[in-house]
Amino acid sequence: METIVKDQHVSIEKPEIAAPPDWEPVIIGILCNWCSYAGSDLTGTSRIQYPPNIRIIRVPCTSRVDPWFLIKALQTTADGVLVSGCHPGDCHYITGNYYARRRFLVTKKLLSFIGFHENRIQFSWVSAAEGPKFAKVVAKVTDDIKKLGPLHLYKKENFEK
Amino acid sequence: MARVGVFVCFCGANIADYVDVPMVVEETKKIREVKFAIEYKYMCSDPGQQLIREAIVQHRLTSIVVAACSPRMHEKTFRKALSDAGMNPYLLEVANIREHSSWVHQKDKKAATEKAADLVRMAVAKSIANEQLFEISVPVTKRALVIGGGIAGIQAALDIADARIPVVLVEKSPSIGGKMAQLDETFPTLDCSQCILTPKMVDVASHPYIELIPYSEVIELEGFVGNYKARIKKKASYVNFATCTGCGACWQKCPVKVPNEYNMGIDKRKAIYTPFPQAVPNKPVIDAAYCTMLLKGKCGICAKVCQVGAIDFKMQEEIIEREIGAVVVATGYDLWDPKPYEEYGVGRFKDIITSLEFERMVSANGPTNGLPVRPSDGKIPKNVVFIKCIGSRDEAKGIEYCSKICCMYTTKHTILLHHKVHDSHAYVFYMDIRAAGKGYEEFVKKAQVDTAATYLRGRVSKIYKKEDKLIVRGEDSQIGQVVEVVADLVVLATAVIPPKDNPELARMLGISYDKYGYLSEAHPKLRPVETAKAGIFLAGCTQAPKDIPDTVAQASACAAKVCGLFAGDTMKKDPMISTVNTEFCSGCQNCVQVCPYGAIVTEEVPMGHGSKEMRTVARINEGVCQGCGSCVAVCRSMAISLAGFTDHQIINEIVSI
Repeated sequence: METIVKDQHVSIEKPEIAAPPDWEPVIIGILCNWCSYAGSDLTGTSRIQYPPNIRIIRVPCTSRVDPWFLIKALQTTADGVLVSGCHPGDCHYITGNYYARRRFLVTKKLLSFIGFHENRIQFSWVSAAEGPKFAKVVAKVTDDIKKLGPLHLYKKENFEK
Repeated sequence: MARVGVFVCFCGANIADYVDVPMVVEETKKIREVKFAIEYKYMCSDPGQQLIREAIVQHRLTSIVVAACSPRMHEKTFRKALSDAGMNPYLLEVANIREHSSWVHQKDKKAATEKAADLVRMAVAKSIANEQLFEISVPVTKRALVIGGGIAGIQAALDIADARIPVVLVEKSPSIGGKMAQLDETFPTLDCSQCILTPKMVDVASHPYIELIPYSEVIELEGFVGNYKARIKKKASYVNFATCTGCGACWQKCPVKVPNEYNMGIDKRKAIYTPFPQAVPNKPVIDAAYCTMLLKGKCGICAKVCQVGAIDFKMQEEIIEREIGAVVVATGYDLWDPKPYEEYGVGRFKDIITSLEFERMVSANGPTNGLPVRPSDGKIPKNVVFIKCIGSRDEAKGIEYCSKICCMYTTKHTILLHHKVHDSHAYVFYMDIRAAGKGYEEFVKKAQVDTAATYLRGRVSKIYKKEDKLIVRGEDSQIGQVVEVVADLVVLATAVIPPKDNPELARMLGISYDKYGYLSEAHPKLRPVETAKAGIFLAGCTQAPKDIPDTVAQASACAAKVCGLFAGDTMKKDPMISTVNTEFCSGCQNCVQVCPYGAIVTEEVPMGHGSKEMRTVARINEGVCQGCGSCVAVCRSMAISLAGFTDHQIINEIVSI
């Protein structure tokens, strides 16, 4: 099964098209209200600096995140998406992050099957106490996406051109 | 069309120093739907809120975006400002440009400004899809259920009942009182446990607002906060409590002898018994596992001697239902079985007992008339070795945590031993002496002086028998040498563990428990008595090991929480919950499976108007739903929507960057 999938692999990524020199990626961060959003607030109150590419969306729980959101984000505005929730076992809603974890494993596979680099979508656990960790996660994701370059899809700017 | 008002805050210098606020306002004004945008030094201040209130009226705004600090900080403040202006408070969105932009991008003003403008644009896009939401009122059944009749359950029940709220107190055993009723004296004041407990037990039985249901168990709990329904199994006691006078003729004449649980099996009770003389209710029950009448149909002496005819051998267990609004769980603790300590000869040597056995022996109403005795020959012991941390703080054989109370009760035991046997000597093997509590350290210090007990810091490696004595070999780490103590009696301070039924109980109640089996509180510091499930509270050792003062304090805290919950006729609930559009629902029930609260049920609706054909759809119980949104993401027909976080709102945010 694995080999068949690989054979059919067609990449949407276009590394041959060079990114403009002043290009900065747009990353959407979808954070759960109780852990990661609170953690990102702590990063702010601790004045820990991180790259400004991320745009944060608040949801009650990572289990609220529909894979559709990720696909829509990559299709329209984002070059990468970070989803972050409570540590396993710490979910405010008891089991939400377990569902999210399984769902994103599958989503990730699907996206890499249709030709996205798997680093376009990343998942992490950041608790409300882990301000420094949030900054590190964002820096890593930003770095990863920068290496991948812009996502050449049906983006707004492509239409405008 | 939507008319959005945007209010950008300087937050003094907090935002303004790192974000070009006027520029953000200019950018925002370019958005078609934005009809009003303004910056202000402190939006959360009264003049700032006044600005919002005036603009709402003046510009006929349909939704509001405040770009300021985190919504976790001031969302409520600004919602109130909207309400005050006559606008639905849920038409507000907060763009977090302080924690998420100015404070974290202090070195790059241009990027921070761009990001802030993006965050505002996202909030504007989301707010356009905001709908009016209204707080949900849920009716409340003002009756509390207390599970467990130990000191925690008794205290919680009395405190709630004193506030004139009816309480149903369910106790598993024939009498309330719990472990505290087994204690002789209590640290650090050495007041008699029975003397302070039994008046409270009597208060419970006679309180007009308490319904005491002994010898029963809660087997099912359905519903949600304010509206629970509990099913309670009343075990067959074979004694009609209504007619029984508690005279005791039955158990005096009963010929069947059974090890007495109350006295830790040191003496015998009868097959028909009251657990102890001060039991509440003071009515006997028949132990069906031993009664020869129930087992073989022979005997029946109790029925013959009972003058009021209260004995009923045909009695069946009974299920009763009670409607309640809140639950206090106070199921207490168990003691760890020291069997894994094989090198101590636990089980082989009779003169090794547990602390609770020692407690029963020295108790005035105990099996040995208040004197410690050697179980092997009945002699009074002179040299007694107390070993602490049996099971506690022992990852290899027992559990990792400290049981908290053993240091103190072992100290108490050395005093009791000194009181009862004047020429005795106590040896205490300890790891650390943990005496954190009011008057505890003083108590330990005083006991060490008064009893002249020998404290040996170290673990015991082996206990072996020499003639009729036990030789306790251990290490005294303070002198770095192996020591051997000749003992008449060895007392093991066994660890406190959660009752083994706790996981099952937690599943039945729908609350969580930790790896040991203790029930989990909602927050270890700030919500120590609530569980994650609204309306269920924890008191006493079922949550973690604790002493009597802490247990009583937690039980009273539970009572305060219950009274708070019942303060109004209805409860107000956040409206950000899921709803099902039954037109779209295909009845696949994926949502039912993922809901962590069991808030989704199915119901039958007609296929169409006037149709007799029925189809299954999901229905969300708005009292139970906590608004996590798990069901929304699994709904294939997109029939479920989570108010405040609809697909429309989130997609709007995504595409607007």
